[in-house]
Amino acid sequence: MSDHSSNGTPVPTDAPQFEVAARNPLRAEKMTAALFLLSVASFAGFGAAYWQNGSNFWLGGTLGFGMSFFGAGFVAWGKYLMPRGPFEEPRAMMETTPEEQKALIDDFASRGKVAVKRRGFIVGVMALAGGIFSIVALFPLLRSLGPLPKNAFYTTPWRKDAYLTQSDGRRVAVSDVPIGSFVTVFPQNDVGGALSQTILIHVQDGAIITKPGRETWGPDGYVAYSKVCTHSGCPVGLYEQLTGLLLCPCHQSMFLVAKGAEPIFGPAPRPLPQLPLYVDDSGYLRAQTGYDEPIGPGFWERGGTL
Amino acid sequence: MIEGLWNWIDNRLAISRGGRHMLNKIFPDHWSFMIGEIALYSLVVLLATGVFLTLYFVPSEHQVIYSGPVLSLRGLHVSEAFESTVNMSFVVRGGLLMRQMHHWSANIFVGSIVVHMLRVFFTGGFRRPREVNWMVGTTLMILAIFNGFLGYSLPDDLVSGTGIRIAFSILESVPLVGSYLATFLFGGAFPGNGVIIPRFFILHVLILPLVILGLLGAHLGMLVRHKHTQFPGPGRREDNVVGTPMFPGFIAKTTGFLFLVTGITALLGAFVQINPIWLYGAYVPFHVSYAVQPDWYMGWLDGALRVMPSWELHLPGHMIPNVFFPAVLLPGVTFNLLYAWPILEAKITGDTAEHHLLDRPRDRPIRTAIGSAVLAFYFVLFGASATDVLAHYLSISLNTVLLDFRILCLVIPALVFPIAYKICKELQADPTGGKRKVHNTVIRREHGGYESIPNSEYVGYKVEEFAPVEVDHVVVVDDDEEAKEPAGVFQIPRRNS
Repeated sequence: MSDHSSNGTPVPTDAPQFEVAARNPLRAEKMTAALFLLSVASFAGFGAAYWQNGSNFWLGGTLGFGMSFFGAGFVAWGKYLMPRGPFEEPRAMMETTPEEQKALIDDFASRGKVAVKRRGFIVGVMALAGGIFSIVALFPLLRSLGPLPKNAFYTTPWRKDAYLTQSDGRRVAVSDVPIGSFVTVFPQNDVGGALSQTILIHVQDGAIITKPGRETWGPDGYVAYSKVCTHSGCPVGLYEQLTGLLLCPCHQSMFLVAKGAEPIFGPAPRPLPQLPLYVDDSGYLRAQTGYDEPIGPGFWERGGTL
Repeated sequence: MIEGLWNWIDNRLAISRGGRHMLNKIFPDHWSFMIGEIALYSLVVLLATGVFLTLYFVPSEHQVIYSGPVLSLRGLHVSEAFESTVNMSFVVRGGLLMRQMHHWSANIFVGSIVVHMLRVFFTGGFRRPREVNWMVGTTLMILAIFNGFLGYSLPDDLVSGTGIRIAFSILESVPLVGSYLATFLFGGAFPGNGVIIPRFFILHVLILPLVILGLLGAHLGMLVRHKHTQFPGPGRREDNVVGTPMFPGFIAKTTGFLFLVTGITALLGAFVQINPIWLYGAYVPFHVSYAVQPDWYMGWLDGALRVMPSWELHLPGHMIPNVFFPAVLLPGVTFNLLYAWPILEAKITGDTAEHHLLDRPRDRPIRTAIGSAVLAFYFVLFGASATDVLAHYLSISLNTVLLDFRILCLVIPALVFPIAYKICKELQADPTGGKRKVHNTVIRREHGGYESIPNSEYVGYKVEEFAPVEVDHVVVVDDDEEAKEPAGVFQIPRRNS
């Protein structure tokens, strides 16, 4: 304990700050002991609860109360039964004198001169080795972690004539999707795929405004859009039949199905890409081609097209 | 026996030389200094419970068919990460408690770091010579948030899997290198080739904890080197520290505090359910649930993503995606401002002197107002992460709620700044408001009036000499020589209002 005040004069240990903090130390002692006793009981209860494979309530309750009483006992001890203080200690400023700084720098410089005197070549080669290693080390540390992006963000497993397949593997026929309903579909070779997930909606034929060039993409009111939100990639999983809106539950972007899934609300900046469909002779829905634009959120190389 | 052991050790490590300084280290008595201790002790709880969890967690995306005790999940395809997390909650004795304590203490850890940081900010504790420690602390906060995100991503449940999906998009949105960063980290386009859970795991349990512990050592080392700051008060000067010494007073209190933090975390783990992943289900890339919210410390990011208008920056052949602005630029600017604040403030105010006495927030109204406005901005963003929940409970349109939040996140900070400034100025005008209560000495004057003089704060401790009061006339109550005190000198505990 600080037995010297800041100016160096001793503080006698019978000084008032060494007196016990509590007004009534006996009561404080009893209270502290009581808290520790309660923690004894709780800890024992924790042991019993564990032994008996008690529920989470019993395990956590006994442990929690035990720890809390144990801690409260220490706090009471520290607060009431220790010297009431306050004490002080001196503090030195961090600011150094120019002489102190100079002494260190001079030492460093003078010894350094001896160490690297006319050894410029060695220093240079050493630096070269370190530099080369730093660059080479980037390969295992960074480059080898994964493949180059290449066309990973441009393509999906959707190909020409792919069957629209549900997550249970069944192909979707026109009769499976009544007007107003929707189903999540995949190409048959990538069922459950994160990038190929597509939402097929059956709307009233003629109720949608078809974009130029997409006249044949939604036969008989069957339209399919990428289910990956163009904002941050969540599945656009909610379809509101009444308003014809697709809603992304992550950040509440809304896409108007009747207008080419254009975003009409929220942070999504681009419409959901549309998958061109056709109905084959057996009544199955199939893709005319894959998506004609990158699906999902934006990225630097995506280009400026909307 | 103990004496012999002590002798043996001390003669090899010379602890007694210098060890007394540690016993003497003074900790100022102020409740706000406890907040950093909460962070420290919740980290202890995190480490202890986290070690337990690693014994049972399987960091693998390998798909298995669930066959454990949770009936609603039986027969479903889940990853081993998900299965092992469910099993440690239901099969391992005490496992659910450890999991819930771990999750709760993570929330408490980040929360106490943020509040501790606010305390240091508003009281000017970051000023010279503590700028570097402020920057270390800022790094610790960022790492704590980041490691929290990694941790709640590990169970591979529906909610956290959606979070990982968004994290991928945020990485992907970085100009120039985004696509590369994302495919390198995930091993391909989302969801990658099964490496993300193992990679998050090793970052979460080894690499980031090591960095956090290392920086924490530096944080506390600098604290010992600088010694504590203290609030101004009687006897407290720039060149001393007044308070309780490390031993025995502080060590008792702080040990108690460690167990109190542990105890309260255990009670939360016992009685307040957190992250019941078996209700969310395993992550399926084409599933999503309603009201998906991250842990509280990521709420501002979620809110920022929601209120951001649907803008993107289109350049010839390239683009800057929408999520870049709220999820990369905004935190980038905020965290860099936090790092730079001590330097910026010193530049603006020209105050480059060493400070060991803290400011009262009211005495630095502009700093307080700026801090309050920024805090308010983040509070609004946090609120915006619940737009869908608010719209549901208030039965108003989602569109209205979102538009309101877009307006609020600009208007509220603009209102908070002048209000905080004004409150500071008003408080400055009342010199006694909020001060520590002290005893007053009341003296009765000869002509019958009373006068009260504030006493020194600490009984028996020589602090400031207050000016002697001129007592015109002393009334002697009786002839006893020893009773020659002013009549009616008595101490009344009194509010100094």
